[in-house]
Amino acid sequence: MSRIAINGVSMSSLRRSQDVRRLGAWVLGALILAVMTGPSGTTTSPTAGFTGSLLHPRVLGYLAFGLVMWALSTARVRSRDRVHSATRGVQQLREKLLGDNRVRHGTYLVLLVLAILVPTQLNSFWQEVLVDQIGVFVLLAVGLNVVVGYAGLLDLGYIAFYAIGAYSAAYWTGALPVHPVFHLNPFYVIPLAILAAVVAGVILGVPTLRLRGDYLAIVTLGFGEIISIVATNLSSVTGGAQGIIGIPHFSVHLSSFHYQWGLSNLPYYYLLLGFVVIVLVAFRSLENSRVGRALAAIREDEVAAEASGVGVLKYKVMAFAIGASTSGFAGLLFASKISFVAPGDFTVQLSILILVLVTFGGMGSLPGAVLGAAVLQWAPEYLRNHPILGFQQQDLYIYLGALLVVMMIFRPSGIWPSRRRRRELALAEEGVGTADAMSGSSDPAAGPG
Amino acid sequence: MVADAIVSVEDVHLRFGGVVSLAGVSLTQERGEILSVIGPNGAGKTSLFNCLTGVYHPQMGRIIFRPTPEHEVSLIGRKPHRVNRIGIARTFQTSRLFNALTAFENVKIGVESRQRTGPIGAMLHLPRTMREEKESDTRTVELLDFVGLRRRGDEIASGLPYGDQRRLEIARALGTEPKLLLLDEPAAGTNPSEKLALEQLIRRVNRELGVSVLLIEHDMRLVMSVADRVTVLNFGQVIASGTPGEVQRNPAVVEAYLGRVETEESGGEG
Ligand SMILES: Nc1ncnc2c1ncn2[C@@H]1O[C@H](COP(=O)(O)OP(=O)(O)OP(=O)(O)O)[C@@H](O)[C@H]1O
Ligand SMILES: [Mg+2]
Repeated sequence: MSRIAINGVSMSSLRRSQDVRRLGAWVLGALILAVMTGPSGTTTSPTAGFTGSLLHPRVLGYLAFGLVMWALSTARVRSRDRVHSATRGVQQLREKLLGDNRVRHGTYLVLLVLAILVPTQLNSFWQEVLVDQIGVFVLLAVGLNVVVGYAGLLDLGYIAFYAIGAYSAAYWTGALPVHPVFHLNPFYVIPLAILAAVVAGVILGVPTLRLRGDYLAIVTLGFGEIISIVATNLSSVTGGAQGIIGIPHFSVHLSSFHYQWGLSNLPYYYLLLGFVVIVLVAFRSLENSRVGRALAAIREDEVAAEASGVGVLKYKVMAFAIGASTSGFAGLLFASKISFVAPGDFTVQLSILILVLVTFGGMGSLPGAVLGAAVLQWAPEYLRNHPILGFQQQDLYIYLGALLVVMMIFRPSGIWPSRRRRRELALAEEGVGTADAMSGSSDPAAGPG
Repeated sequence: MVADAIVSVEDVHLRFGGVVSLAGVSLTQERGEILSVIGPNGAGKTSLFNCLTGVYHPQMGRIIFRPTPEHEVSLIGRKPHRVNRIGIARTFQTSRLFNALTAFENVKIGVESRQRTGPIGAMLHLPRTMREEKESDTRTVELLDFVGLRRRGDEIASGLPYGDQRRLEIARALGTEPKLLLLDEPAAGTNPSEKLALEQLIRRVNRELGVSVLLIEHDMRLVMSVADRVTVLNFGQVIASGTPGEVQRNPAVVEAYLGRVETEESGGEG
């Protein structure tokens, strides 16, 4: 910081480059909005959506809007230095409040009560969204957060484990063409589905995680495809492309007490809420444990972690398998809820979507993953039929992509960043650690000179 | 002479393509001693450390470590974390802390590497997890205290003054309960008073904790005052070995090291 303050010239040029970056982002954002609100493409002229919007006079209006927003945001940044001390006070207050256990636990309790009460007031459409879109994806995002956020591994085949969980459910409940020795209630399938996902995760992880860097992304991408192709083509076992119906619902039979979750959403919502809370508590404990710290150490500096006795491969495989198990669990829940599983549900796009949820929420942050999944899964449902902001379902990923780009420019740590992650990014910006990381990546532990 | 060697390096060769980094290095460190490795830049000192800790794999030679007098293990081909597990900890030439973590967490990670709690224990708060958690907290505070950083536990590692960072790295290494501690230029970039504190710290690590210390250092005054013996490397070979006094008088060393030793020494040793 002092370095920058001393050197006024570099400070102002730094600012100028940031201004340009921000201008670019706003112009891009305006153009995307222009396309978003314009006509849609068709199969005969797929680019009509772009040409029709970008050549339309309406685009000028959006560009003007973008420029105004840019001017406003620039002005805000300029004045930020002056009000910096004030905002720092607010920040400190926030940290202090969050740091206070009573305040934190009180907040959790209030949120839990809201999560229990609010859904009863919703209509059946939103209740279904709450279970199928939000609940399941919160679970998925929280699991992927362990892989991507805690361990810093890029898993692009995350949905494959979801498929494994879903097909485990179908198998053990007797819905597949191949039958197990005995049929089980979905509750008893939970450990089996988790086990199957963990085993798959370990088998995939051990050889791949030995290698450096991006191999995992490529291998998991391939694995996701393999699983979906196998599910499609091995119809004698999986029921093939049209999928499998008749997976039973969860049910409880305790002597005289019998209860079956059915087609209505609210009971499933509460079941899911219960599981999500358990998983959240477990992962929070994991984060603050020996395992969580070892993962943080590996993310920060693998060479130093190894030198401190942390077995890097073991912990990476562990994180990968924990993520896989969560995904498998979610797959089981969803398959049993809708009584149906089909290979078409397990696309690469879905893996990417979950990655977007985690990144948007804040990598490595549990509340971030929950919030990211909830907001991004809710918003499209809400906006889809909105009179002005309504959009075509097939365009969804364009907007999610654009959103991610804008996020990376303005708030790379996500909407609710973890404290550690925020620090890491701040350090990287100040240049602490980056130099180390760069020398470390090219030749670890050498540091000559 | 061969009383009780904690580590013996025998005829180790290490090449990177055409660059010869170590050309037949042999040295022995007695249990409980502070041995210093000195030598000009590029002599192969850090490479030697990296061979000892499993980061580099020498093409030829043997490296034997004896955690206890009866017990012998070869270090070559062993993974870095396994080397650490059997009792060798190290620091790095440019310190490599976990920058975004607190000082306390940095040390605790080292301490915890000795424990056994797994993910299931952690998620379920099993009794062993809770016990180990308490033990590692206690040990971490002790170690921070030992290196004089007790009050800075909550600070972010990268925000600490340079000298404190180096001591924090030593505390993290000590957390893994080493029998042998490798220090790679711990005094580099520290100011004179920090150097003095470091000198005392190295002695206390050696005497109070009974840890053997292998020390790479360019600061001759520090080397001469703490080392029991000194080994001199040049172009990947041992050119001299002996007590600090003997090494200083060795003509080969003076020749290899020239300018540097003489100027710094005349200031320090007097
Ligand atoms: N990973 C590597 N790849 C290629 N060459 C290397 C590597 N590590 C070390 N070397 C070379 O080996 C030789 C010895 O390097 P080393 O870092 O061991 O020296 P040093 O004695 O620690 O020097 P300094 O006092 O500068 O730290 C140098 O010529 C160096 O360039
Ligand atoms: Mg060196």
